[in-house]
Parts: sequence; structure tokens; C-alpha cells
Amino acid sequence: MAARILYCHCAYARVVPPETKDAVLDGLACAEAEFEAVPDLCEMAARKDPRLAELAAGEPLRIAACYPRAVKWLFASAGVNIEGKAAVILNMRTEPAERVLEGLLHDER
Amino acid sequence: MTSVDVAATRVVIEATRGEGTDRQRRFDVMRALLEKGYAVSASRTVPAADDDRVRVLRHADYANGPSALLATLDRAREQGGRPQGGAWKPWFPVIDYQRCTNCMQCLSFCLFDVYGVSADKTIEVRNQSNCKTDCPACSRVCPEVAIMFPKYRHGPINGEEVHADDIRREAMRVDISALLGGDIYAALRDRSAKATSRFSKERDDARALKERQTCLVALQKALDVPAEVLASLPTSDEIRARAAAAMARAREATGE
Ligand code: SF4
Ligand code: SF4
Repeated sequence: MAARILYCHCAYARVVPPETKDAVLDGLACAEAEFEAVPDLCEMAARKDPRLAELAAGEPLRIAACYPRAVKWLFASAGVNIEGKAAVILNMRTEPAERVLEGLLHDER
Repeated sequence: MTSVDVAATRVVIEATRGEGTDRQRRFDVMRALLEKGYAVSASRTVPAADDDRVRVLRHADYANGPSALLATLDRAREQGGRPQGGAWKPWFPVIDYQRCTNCMQCLSFCLFDVYGVSADKTIEVRNQSNCKTDCPACSRVCPEVAIMFPKYRHGPINGEEVHADDIRREAMRVDISALLGGDIYAALRDRSAKATSRFSKERDDARALKERQTCLVALQKALDVPAEVLASLPTSDEIRARAAAAMARAREATGE
């Protein structure tokens, strides 16, 4: 079963290296993968955006964002539990783009 | 195909790679959309037409770069009364409930009503947009290192895993008992006030300004609190009143 891929652009802060974000976004586009890209998961969580539940609906879920603990509790703060969804969270703050892409596209290859 | 949600707003684009210049343009438009606050869906099945929430992205939309498309979307967003992306830096505390013990120290400490207590008497982050941008002070008072600011520079406040050392270090940074009741705020204000009155007697304005900045830098370092937050602190009386009210709410919630 193809994974649900979610990419966070962390648009409103400079905490994720821009070159990592660009390489991951480009890699996803080049892989012709289906994916959902959002400007800023933090902002969606603060607004309790109902789309968060839709985005997390697919399984297995693969997310490119930041620290897994932060991402998990951001979703939870908007009432969306991603535990038990076989969710894999790839950290673009610390991991190189190749490793993030490998994790995201695991099932596509 | 790739799509954009216009209510939130989303743009749908076909999930093909494109070649050469086309590939670059597709990438540029995707990045530009995200940076302006529009979500992008890359999909193999694209809706036949736009609707009021989703904009289907066609080659003609980006063949000459993203500017024209962005201008159209921005106009629609403005007309729909929806906020521009990035108008607010999403900065607010996120609680790790696996660590939180519901002690309510954060509720007592925060002067800006960011925290509240839910119907089942659990601490919660209620007014995210009240939080002072770039101020992580409340995370310092949490004895369990349960408060994260995902956009903060350093761990474990940014969401990095918490280690035993972190708990010791964070506990040492501030004396929790001094924080309760808002004493730390009062102390910060007093130091600021003292600095102001001392410097107001100075005739050398430039030197006074420099020393004032040094003083603020020292305060900021203690808790990594931005100068704007220090400058916007309420009066000592207000602080005491708010802290007392928060303590009362916390006691009621914990049944102490
Ligand atoms: S979830 Fe992480 S990567 Fe995404 S916007 Fe928040 S801080 Fe940035
Ligand atoms: S201070 Fe920390 S442990 Fe206490 S209620 Fe707040 S988040 Fe939970």
C-alpha cells in the first residue's frame, strides 16, 4: 500500500535548512510521487485546521518536518492522534535530504 | 496532477516530473506557493475543474513563472477575507502529555493567558496567538521539560528527545519557587526600572543606552526572553494579581 506523504515547508521560520527543504521538495516532484505539501504545520495546528485530520488519514503515514516529538504533539494539540498510524517522521532539521527522501519514498521504490 | 486549496488554500498539480525548464518551473511554482501560505497536492488524478476550495494548476499557470498565479490567488484570498500567509509567526507552546504531570506551574507563570484548564481539569494551551513571539520562558519553569516550542533554536525545547541531563540543566536554570507568584517578573521589572532611573540621571545618553542594552542582554540570557517581552511586562501589581488568579485556577483544577 502506497504511503501517505506529507511535507512541511516550515515557511514562517528559518529553522529547517532551506537547502534541505528544496532538495526534499524537488526529490518528491522528480519521483512523480503523490504527496501533500503544507506551508507550516505549526500554523495549521494553532488554527486547529480540520485538514490535519484529512492529511493524517492515510496509512502508513510519512511526514517530512522537524523533531518527531514536536510533530506528534502538534497534531495532538489539534485533536489528531497520529500514534498507531505507523507514522514515520523524518527530521529535516537534522537529517540530510537524501535520508529524508529515502524514508519518504520507501514504498514507492 | 498538483492542486492548491484556495480556502486554506490548496493548489493541485499533476504528479509528473516534467523535464528541463519545465521541471524547474514546476519546482519554482510549488515553492513559491508554499512560501506564500498555499498548500500544494501532487496527485495522479486531478479534478476536472477548479472549485471554491481547490485550484487545479495547469501548465499555462506557471509557464512564465509563478508571479501571475500568485497575484490571482492573493487577490482571491484577500477578497475572501482570509489571512495572508505568514502574517503571524506560529510561535506557541506545545505540551508533551507523555511528560506533563499537570502541575500547573506553566499556568501560574504565564502572564498572557496562553494556558487554560480543560473541562477534565487538564492543562491545555488555549490562546496560542497570545504567546510572545520567540519567548520560551514558560518552558523553563516546567519541571518535566514537557513544554516545546517547535521553532526554537535549541533542544530539548525544540522537540528534541529529553535526556536526564536536560532535566537537571533546565531545573537549575531557574528556581521554580521564585517563579511562582510572578516574583521573577517583578525582579526583572525592578532591574529594568532601576536601570532606567539610574540611566535617566546619566548625561551621556549614548553610554546610558549602551549600559541599558547590556542590562537587558543579561536578563535575556537568564531565560532567553526577548527584550520586547521584558519591555511589555505589566506593572508589579498587575503581575501579582494575575499570578494569584492563575494560582487559584490551578488549585481549583488540581483540587488542592
Ligand atoms: S512542524 Fe516543524 S518543520 Fe513544520 S512548521 Fe512546525 S517547526 Fe517547522
Ligand atoms: S509546567 Fe509542565 S508538567 Fe506542569 S502542567 Fe505545565 S506542561 Fe505540565
